[in-house]
Amino acid sequence: MEPLSNRSKKLEKKEMTFSERMYLPAIFQGLSITIKHFFRKKATVQYPEQTRERSSVWRGLHVLKRDDEGRERCTACGLCAVACPAEAITMTAGERKVGEEHLYREEKYAVTYEVNMLRCIFCGLCEEACPKAAIFLQDDKIAPARYERDEFIYGKDRLVEPLKTTETK
Amino acid sequence: MESVELIYKAIYILVIFGLTLLIATYSTYAERKVAAFIQDRVGPNRAGPFGLLQPIADAGKMFFKEEFIPAKSNRLLFIIGPGVAMIVACMSSAVIPFGDTLIIDGRTIYLQAIEVNIGMLYIFGVVSLGVYGLMIGGWASNNKFSLLGAIRAASQNISYELAMGLSIIAILMMTGSLSLREIAAQQEGFNWNIWYQPLGFIIFLTCAFAETNRTPFDLPECETELIGGYHTEYSSMKLGLYLFAEYINIFVASAVISTLYFGAYNFPFMENLRSAISDPVLANNVVTLLGVGVMFAKIFFFIFFFMWVRWTLPRFRYDQLMKLGWQILIPLSILNVILTGGGILLFDRVKDYLF
Repeated sequence: MEPLSNRSKKLEKKEMTFSERMYLPAIFQGLSITIKHFFRKKATVQYPEQTRERSSVWRGLHVLKRDDEGRERCTACGLCAVACPAEAITMTAGERKVGEEHLYREEKYAVTYEVNMLRCIFCGLCEEACPKAAIFLQDDKIAPARYERDEFIYGKDRLVEPLKTTETK
Repeated sequence: MESVELIYKAIYILVIFGLTLLIATYSTYAERKVAAFIQDRVGPNRAGPFGLLQPIADAGKMFFKEEFIPAKSNRLLFIIGPGVAMIVACMSSAVIPFGDTLIIDGRTIYLQAIEVNIGMLYIFGVVSLGVYGLMIGGWASNNKFSLLGAIRAASQNISYELAMGLSIIAILMMTGSLSLREIAAQQEGFNWNIWYQPLGFIIFLTCAFAETNRTPFDLPECETELIGGYHTEYSSMKLGLYLFAEYINIFVASAVISTLYFGAYNFPFMENLRSAISDPVLANNVVTLLGVGVMFAKIFFFIFFFMWVRWTLPRFRYDQLMKLGWQILIPLSILNVILTGGGILLFDRVKDYLF
């Protein structure tokens, strides 16, 4: 048959030499390779005790930040929800009442704020969209596995940064 | 025999029996560790320090699993199968000399459970009985895959026993004895049989792999073709006994290899050590105990070697296995016998001239 191109390579089946047919040199070669691996450094990370080192720009679990005086930064503008490609963020806005100035920074605040961690793709666009620097993806926390799906919908109770007490301040 | 000697013997047999079981138990752990290390993993390390309690956890799991007996199986044989495999495996360590003599209270004790002048033959007989365990189990399962696995095991063991026996004959021609104690004693110091019988050793080693159903000859339990081979239908501790018997067989095979070719409990310069200690009784005991250590080091090396090979070589095809056994190993071992015979004759002639 005429070859289509000149690139095809002719393979010749060579007769095996005596040492190849003896099989033992090949076995010793294989054994030496495996024994080299025996002493090699292991790739395993002992997970619960050790964690794999993450990059400094790792995007992990969300956090709703507070400002210097411990007030929530979020004003429930909804830009994060708009920016979210996975539509994981929902919120309801509320008006700040008199006497709540120490809780919320602006007159408007998020009454509920939910991130569905099953939908979230941890792209970080919410973080970029936020004009108040309220939402961030942490670099040291991940959303752990849970038994129920509704446990993956993180509300404000799990998202808002805990208040710094006087001791830890 | 005196009653005191009987008691010594009984204790010794119990110790050897316990040691065999212990080593087999920890072989399962070692197997997993070696496999992991060769594959750049860590292996079991959660149960106890370094995962040392893993075999116990495995055994516990085995005991609590569901005991399943197939409906149309032969119940009696189905239960006897793993038992036979296990008993036979345990029997063979009886004649292996783990050490020379200990002198306690002026009494000489041989570190060997039973001394029979046909030790090697005994091992052959017992090991070939092991096929019955697999065969009975495979047949009683009433399952085509099990039966095929059992048939493979039987034909493989029979084929390789021939080459194994022939490779042993060369050793027997040199030592003139079937007694393992005699063979071990003749390899005094560094005068090991491996220097005279390298070809015989390679043949014997290959056959030992086939006899213990280890990779590259683990066709009886080849998963890709036969699911689990003869133990497809087995579950719970019955499966555990089959796997356990395999590890005991590896231990015994390693012990036999070290006894036949690597000088058993002998180590270089043992005579120098013996003469260096002035008290003859103490000297004897020290050398013997060191010898026991050396023997076990050799055994452990070969157990490691079995595992090392398992994670290196792929499985043979069945026709390749048969071809290797019948067309290569048997002619080679016959050649080895002829060469050994010629060597012995020549050595006798030369000796007359020299001395």
